[in-house]
Formats: sequence, C-alpha cells, structure tokens
Amino acid sequence: MTDASQNAGPMLAADGTPLKQSLARSLRRQKLRALMLVAPLLLFVLFSFIVPIASMLFRSVENNIVQETLPLTVEALQSWDEHSGELPGEAVYDAFVRDMVIAVDSKTHTRLGSRLNYEETGMSSMFRRSGRKMGKMDPETDGPFKEQIIEIHEGWGEPNTWAVIKTHSPAITNGYFLNAVDMRRTPEGAQSQPEDKQILIKLFGRTLFMSLVITGACILLAYPVSYLLATLPMRVSNLLMILVLLPFWTSLLVRTSAWKVMLQQQGVINETLVWLGLVADDARLVIINNQIGTIIAMTHILLPFMILPMYSVMQTIPVTYTRAAKSMGATNWTTFWRIYFPQSIPGIGAGSILVFILSIGYYITPEIVGGTKGVFISNRIAYHISSSLNWGLAAALGTILLGVVMLLYWVYDKIVGIDNVKLG
Amino acid sequence: MKPTKTLLTAAALMTAAGGVSAQEMTIVSWGGAYSKSQLKAYHEPYSEKTGVTILNDDSSAEAVAKLRAMNEAGNITWDVVDVVAADAIRLCDEGLAMEIDPDTMLAPAPDGTSAADDFGDLLVSDCFIPQIVYSTTFGYRTDLVGDTPPSDICAVFDLENYPGKRSLEKRPINNMEWALLCDGVAKDDVYDVLATPEGQEQALAKLGTIKDNVVWWSAGADTPQLLADGEVVMGSTYNGRLFSVIEEQKQPVAMLWDAQVFDLDGWIIPAGLSDERKQRALDYIMFATDTQRLADQAKYISYGPARASSAPLVGQHADLGIDMAPHMPTDPANAENTFLYNYEFWADYRDDIDAKFQAWLAQ
Repeated sequence: MTDASQNAGPMLAADGTPLKQSLARSLRRQKLRALMLVAPLLLFVLFSFIVPIASMLFRSVENNIVQETLPLTVEALQSWDEHSGELPGEAVYDAFVRDMVIAVDSKTHTRLGSRLNYEETGMSSMFRRSGRKMGKMDPETDGPFKEQIIEIHEGWGEPNTWAVIKTHSPAITNGYFLNAVDMRRTPEGAQSQPEDKQILIKLFGRTLFMSLVITGACILLAYPVSYLLATLPMRVSNLLMILVLLPFWTSLLVRTSAWKVMLQQQGVINETLVWLGLVADDARLVIINNQIGTIIAMTHILLPFMILPMYSVMQTIPVTYTRAAKSMGATNWTTFWRIYFPQSIPGIGAGSILVFILSIGYYITPEIVGGTKGVFISNRIAYHISSSLNWGLAAALGTILLGVVMLLYWVYDKIVGIDNVKLG
Repeated sequence: MKPTKTLLTAAALMTAAGGVSAQEMTIVSWGGAYSKSQLKAYHEPYSEKTGVTILNDDSSAEAVAKLRAMNEAGNITWDVVDVVAADAIRLCDEGLAMEIDPDTMLAPAPDGTSAADDFGDLLVSDCFIPQIVYSTTFGYRTDLVGDTPPSDICAVFDLENYPGKRSLEKRPINNMEWALLCDGVAKDDVYDVLATPEGQEQALAKLGTIKDNVVWWSAGADTPQLLADGEVVMGSTYNGRLFSVIEEQKQPVAMLWDAQVFDLDGWIIPAGLSDERKQRALDYIMFATDTQRLADQAKYISYGPARASSAPLVGQHADLGIDMAPHMPTDPANAENTFLYNYEFWADYRDDIDAKFQAWLAQ
C-alpha cells in the first residue's frame, strides 16, 4: 500500500477489511475457479498433445545409444585421431570387447548396429554377426583382442568404422537435422550427401509448391460456391450446403479411391473423352500417378475447408452495402471489387490457412494418387517412422516442417495480418 | 487397425457366463483374405479346444513401429504377431521379440522329425516361427500380350514385344534384383554386384529403360486392381493376390512364375510379456504351427506351408474345390527358377539403396 492511500485512510469493505484486499481476494478466487474449469482440457492438451510432440521433437537431436552401449570404447576413442588413417590401438579393441560382452548380454548391440547402419551401410550385420562370438569372450583372459576381432569381421579393421563410431558418439547430435537437409555428419564435418541420394530438400520444395497450388485452386473453386450459398434463398442454399457437406462425411479413402477410378487411363474421364472423340485412343490423358492427380484429388478433398469459412463470412456481409453502391451508380464489377470482395477477404484468409496447413501434412492421398512425382515430404516421414524405423530423421523432418509452417504463419501475419482472419 | 472382436465359440461364452474370467489373447495379422485363412485354420480350432477368446488386430503392416512404441511405453498389448521375416529379424535385433527354441517350443512333425529339422533353413531368425512361404511374382493380362505369352522375367523389360504399362512395387527390394538378372548378371552374383555403387547404378539404369511405363504400387491390392482394369499389361504382387484374381474373380490373368522371389511370413512373440501371457502365446504357437494346422491354412489361401512335413497334406480349396498344390509357389512346376530374398543383404543396404531409389524415382 502506498503512503497516499494510507493518508486518505483505507476504504473498507462491508466486513471491515480494506476494499483493495477484499477485491483482490475475490478476483483470485474467480481466477482459480476459471482455472479449475479449464483444467481438464489443459491437462488433456498437455499430456496428449504437448508432451508427445515435445518428446518427438527431442528425438531429432537425441543420440544416447552410442555412449550407453559402448561407454568404454567411446572414451578410449577420444585419444585416437580419426584423420590419421591408422587403426586405433589395442586399448580401443580391449574396451570394445568389454562393452560388447555387456551389450550382447542385454541384446543392445544389434540395436546400436541398426542405429549406425543409417550412417554407414553394413554396420547392422557387422554388429549382429560379431555379437555371437564376442559375447563369449572373456575380457580378462582372452586378450590381446585387436587381431581376433578383425578376424571375426574385417570391418573392424577399417579405420572408417571407428571414425563413424567416434563421429556419432555425442549424446546430442545434429546428424539427423543434417540428414534432413540432404547433408551428413562426417569426421571432416558436415558435408552434402552424394548427389544420387539427395531427395529431401526437393520434397520440401515440392510440398510447399503443391500446397500453394492446391490452396489457390481451392480459393478459385470455393469463392463462387460460397457466394451462391450466401446469397441464394434459404431453401436452395440448404440443398447446396448438403451437396458440399456430403463428400465431407464420406471416408477419405473412399473418395481418394474414387478419384483413382475416375482418373486412370482406362477410367471414366478418359473413356468419356475417347468416346466423344476429343482424345485419341492411343493418347489417353495421364492425369493420375503424378502431380496433377494429387492436385485434383486434394483440391476436391480440402474444398469444404475453404467453402465453410468463406460462406460464414460472406453471410455476414450486409446486402445493403452493395445496394447502396449500385444506387450511387457503381457498375456490377465495381460493386463487387470495391465493396463486396474486401469484406470477404477474412474468409479467404481463414480458409487458406486451414487448407494450406492441412495439405502440407497430407499423407494418404498423395500416396495413393501421387505416383512418384506427386508425393509429399510426409510420405517420407511415414516411411521413416514405420519402415526404416529411423525415428530421429523422421523427427528432424517433422521439426523442420513445423518450423516452416510457423515461419509462413508469421509471414502471413506480417502481410495480411492475423486479425484479418475470421471464421464468421 | 480397429480390433475386430471375434467371439469364437459358444464354449468361450459359456466359460464367461460360468463366472470364470474368459481368457483373451490379441493376435495381430494382415487382415483380408490372409487373416481369414488364419481364422479358419488356427483361431477357430484353437478357441474350440481351449476356450481362449482371440481378438484380431490388423496391424501387421506397422507392427515393427508399433511394437517399438509399445515397448517404450512399457505396455505391450499384443500376444502374438504375424510379420514377414525381414521384420522379424529387425524385431529380434531391437530386442522387441522373444527368442524361440524350436526343439522345446514347437511341435515335432508326426513322424518324429524335430521342429528345427522340419522347418530347416526357413528359421531365419532366433525369434521367428515361419508359417508360410509366399512369393512376389508377376501376373499378366492374357488378352493383352499377343500370341506369345511371356515366360521369362525379362519380358518385364521388353517393351518391344510386350508394350504397355507394368506395375512394380515402390521400393528397391526385388526390383533391383530383377533388373540385374535381365541385364546379364548371373543369379549367384546379383547381391555381390548390388553391394557396389556401380551395381546399384546399373540396376537403376536398367529400370530406367521402362521407367516411363511403370505404375508404382505401395499396397498389395494395387496390382490386382490395375490388372483387372486393364491399366497394366503385367505387374508384380504377392502370389496369393494373383490366385484370387485368376481363380476367384476369373479375370483374364495368368502367372509368370519365372524368377519369383520367395519370402517368409510367420509369428513372433513380443518380448516383455507377463509369464501368464507368455505361456498362453507359446501354447497357441505350439498348436498353430504344427504340421496339420499349416497344411490346413493352404485350403483357404495359396501360400505354401513352411514345414516340409505339411506339403503332402495340402488338399483342395475349401470353397472352390480345386487342388491347391499346383498353385503353391513351392510347387516344382512353378519353382523352376526362383530367387530367395536375401535378408542380411537388405538389412544392411535397405536404407542406403532406398534413398538412392527414391531420389531416382523423383528425378
């Protein structure tokens, strides 16, 4: 409390406590109650959304496995110069046997093998094959080990093998992020992947470009439909609304497969065009298993996400404004462009954000109709999650994608202004 | 994905009604016709015998990733999982599958041959109990290939005599081998060549000669659909899928068995089950992989039983009434020229070659 208020004498509430205190207490109680009300949702979001995402993102840099499986080897390798071109000394091999005996016992050596195989082809079978024999060794009595181990698998006699282990030994690595941008971590520092393995940057670019095209196509198609929905008499517009929503309620897979039937070379569209004589039988259009297929199918699937926000914004535009413009002599075009269109922009903004963000992470439709040229980065993420099990790389790709979306959102905010987005 | 609950027998219901807690186990498989064949050949007789209720989960395609996630979460909800051999090897490598001792955990053949000898070379991993031999091979449209139907794998690369589109799987495995075989590499040298960057380039160059005429598939059902619609002249897929296109749907399609690639599918038991669940899983495995049960499965689907002793017991298709033996990939007439999936090679080279393959596809 300040002196001034004391001088004036505290204002008291009905129960005799200073009014300020009493007010603060009741406000605190209100805030607490509000917090309790949102607590279930907050906890739900925290545990089902934020924690899993954070842990997934963390995988993109986590690399404990090398240190944990081969602690002594990693330590012994510190004093070895990987640029020397020579094999490490007996101390490293001795430490390696000690580590491997424990690792084989708990069967973690093969897991390390698969981890290192992402970096150097062949590591997986080296660890698997060597495990059996090395697990039976006694570190105290069977030494010296260097020659014995090279005998088990010649790979242990390659300096490069040890260089790979050393390069990938830190517990926190940038290796996955480098891989995600077509580079790799080598003893000589970060380097580009060989040209015939570069694909991810191309896929990122393609994902962004095609998502923009799809968003653009959605705007063009959705605008007139939404306009009709908002201006037609209620009975007709309700019917139209059902037509918009009907595909929305149909399974995604069914709709995508339906496009397959429509677009393939012996499909409905080509058959019709050939029958009409517009296309020669031996020159049927190729409109599936490429970018066009993905764009067509995804535009159709995402269209409702554009129509609905546009429609709800257009509904709120008072018809009196356009009437006023016309009564003052504006042409139809001027009325639309100067009066109606600016008021409908918030709907376009909201729809575009929805469609763009949904399409950037789309997976199943490009997989089915995209062939080889129409697949997205998410198809690669799915491959690394479920087939190659390289979760670190998948996490790095996901993190980059998240970063790109947030960056675009920021740019959008700067250019259009996020206040200028309305859902109705 | 969604667990479909199959309440199997009245016996199971009665046990539950009698106050005894019904025993349940979750078995993961591929779904579709394949799961149905397992239901008929294994699950139903097993439930009848023991009263255990079996829940099906069609998640085999993502089994490795899901088992890893379950293992990290410390909550394994699956009891027995059907996977291909390559996945079984990875699960074993990652410590996610239990090791199996064939002599104590699997039933011997009726003539007393031990399970280890009966399965023979097919026990490709310590954790893997083989169930069927399937093959990836080509089917072609009999009405679109002219008067000389293809009999050689290299017809796939022969655009002159067999024009039209082909469907190939959107991954390097099998395609790279076929490309090298048809580019003059001897069968025994294929993997040595493929281990070198030049060999990989050679295979991709050969595939490049037909690249514009290929539809790439990622689901086993794609090629049958493409063949049925006449989108492709020939295409690779699993032999059981082609069997159903030819014999069940009567489409004008025939098999090109040449250079079919044998692969195995079978069971694993996840590591880290409680003792009670482990015992139940082992009991199921003992029952479901005996000689008669493996032969029974061939009544419902055209995949070859993994036990040598099951082969003579293969009979007729349960609904169509045709002899199944000639439709088995292992039938001598079909297996004149075969190729065995090299598990170790692909465990090592898969990541490397897949990156190159995908980059090549995107060019």
